[in-house]
Amino acid sequence: MAEASYPEDLLYHAEHDWARIDPGDPGQATLGITWYAQDSLGEVVFFDPPSVGTMLVKDEPYAEVESVKAVSDVVAPLSGEIVEVNDSLPDNPAMINEDPYGAGWLVKVRLTEPAETESLLDAADYRGSLGG
Amino acid sequence: MSSAPPGLRRTALYDRHVEAGAKLVDFAGWEMPVQYTGVREEHMAVRESAGIFDVSHMGEIETSGPQAVELLQRLLSNDVAAIPPGGAQYSVLCREDGGVLDDLFTYRLEVDRFLTVTNAANHVADLAWFEGNAVDFPEARVSDRIDEWAMLAVQGPLAREMVQAGADSPLPARMTSETRRIGGIEVLVCGTGYTGEDGVELLCSPGQAPELWDQMTRRGARPAGLGARDTLRLEVCFHLYGNELTVERGPIEGGLGWCCKEDTGFIGAEAVRAAREAGPAEKLVAFTIDGSGIARQGNPIAGGGEVTSGTLSPCLGIGIGMAYVPAERAALGTRLEIDVRGRSRIATIAAKPLVPKR
Repeated sequence: MAEASYPEDLLYHAEHDWARIDPGDPGQATLGITWYAQDSLGEVVFFDPPSVGTMLVKDEPYAEVESVKAVSDVVAPLSGEIVEVNDSLPDNPAMINEDPYGAGWLVKVRLTEPAETESLLDAADYRGSLGG
Repeated sequence: MSSAPPGLRRTALYDRHVEAGAKLVDFAGWEMPVQYTGVREEHMAVRESAGIFDVSHMGEIETSGPQAVELLQRLLSNDVAAIPPGGAQYSVLCREDGGVLDDLFTYRLEVDRFLTVTNAANHVADLAWFEGNAVDFPEARVSDRIDEWAMLAVQGPLAREMVQAGADSPLPARMTSETRRIGGIEVLVCGTGYTGEDGVELLCSPGQAPELWDQMTRRGARPAGLGARDTLRLEVCFHLYGNELTVERGPIEGGLGWCCKEDTGFIGAEAVRAAREAGPAEKLVAFTIDGSGIARQGNPIAGGGEVTSGTLSPCLGIGIGMAYVPAERAALGTRLEIDVRGRSRIATIAAKPLVPKR
């Protein structure tokens, strides 16, 4: 995805992650990294998904994405237990660049503190936090 | 055009980088392009056709006068007197204890005039080291030339013909340098590079660098950033100062004994001679990761040693790197267990270069 985009239906964490609350189940969310994060990182060449059952703590790293040049922590925007991981990424990590909000999703979590969503940013505020 | 962030310098090609969509980063105090379209694409362009790099952040020190050879013989590890006029030579700059201050290319422009290219991060310290030691050689003059030269590297199997197409006469051979006019611009053309590919490095006045850049990109040289420069050099196992080379290590353990001629009496020669005779405790090796994973600089190795550089090789599609390991465990084929941020990755020591040089 060449152009910056920050979909309106997502919630954002200042550490450049997004969360999509499941429209049919407010206790579950899909997580990923933002356009800004993947653009800063460059081509993602390696992603080792955490295991199903791993407990995420909001603001704490739960995985790593690697580009040719660097390793970057992925920070949990919300607390919860991983119920599904994107198994296609280890073979095709570039999907995180190509479709960061779609096929490049990282994990799905069952939220343990759903009220935490209130502390996340909407698209306009997140875009504002990036400056210029 | 906006002004540079505080404390950062820009090269004469800054506007070209911005126009080409570069991602700019702080590199040794310079605002430099780390990539344009993507490290892997730029890497493969250099391996398959030609890429162009702005390396104007590298420094130049000119040493001239009747005692120029004597001074450089004292400073540089290699035999400077053996460079013919128009020749080039790689060497290291050592402290008295053999610790490496920098690794450098020196071009003999004339019998008594040399140009030494420094690493950006070391330039100021190198210059002070040259000047400090020049006190004992009153007939040698040391001059900072960093502001007088822009430097472009055109590298890849098609690089020479792209440069040749605009040149007034045949380009100098590998490891030699000569002045040519390229599209009317006076250029010091050097048959050197840092990618393992054929190609040249072009030094010209900063004012003419944008025009030279445009000539080369019009002929098809693809802008390539520092990211690709690093993956290219690592595939062919060239040292990077700050990674494989530091003041804490000597040239022998770094595998650079070939560019040290102790009989010339350079600063550090006795320490280098002793290390050569005793054999180093650790050696620099290249490795490939078995399976997935990428080791990075600083990752420790079980049983001693650590990774100095690591990346995903665009050509091989696997994790590669270099590491210092205990000399008794440095043989080809030895398995290494690398601690990659808490996860164990197995690697195998492999022959250098990891990708064939041309």
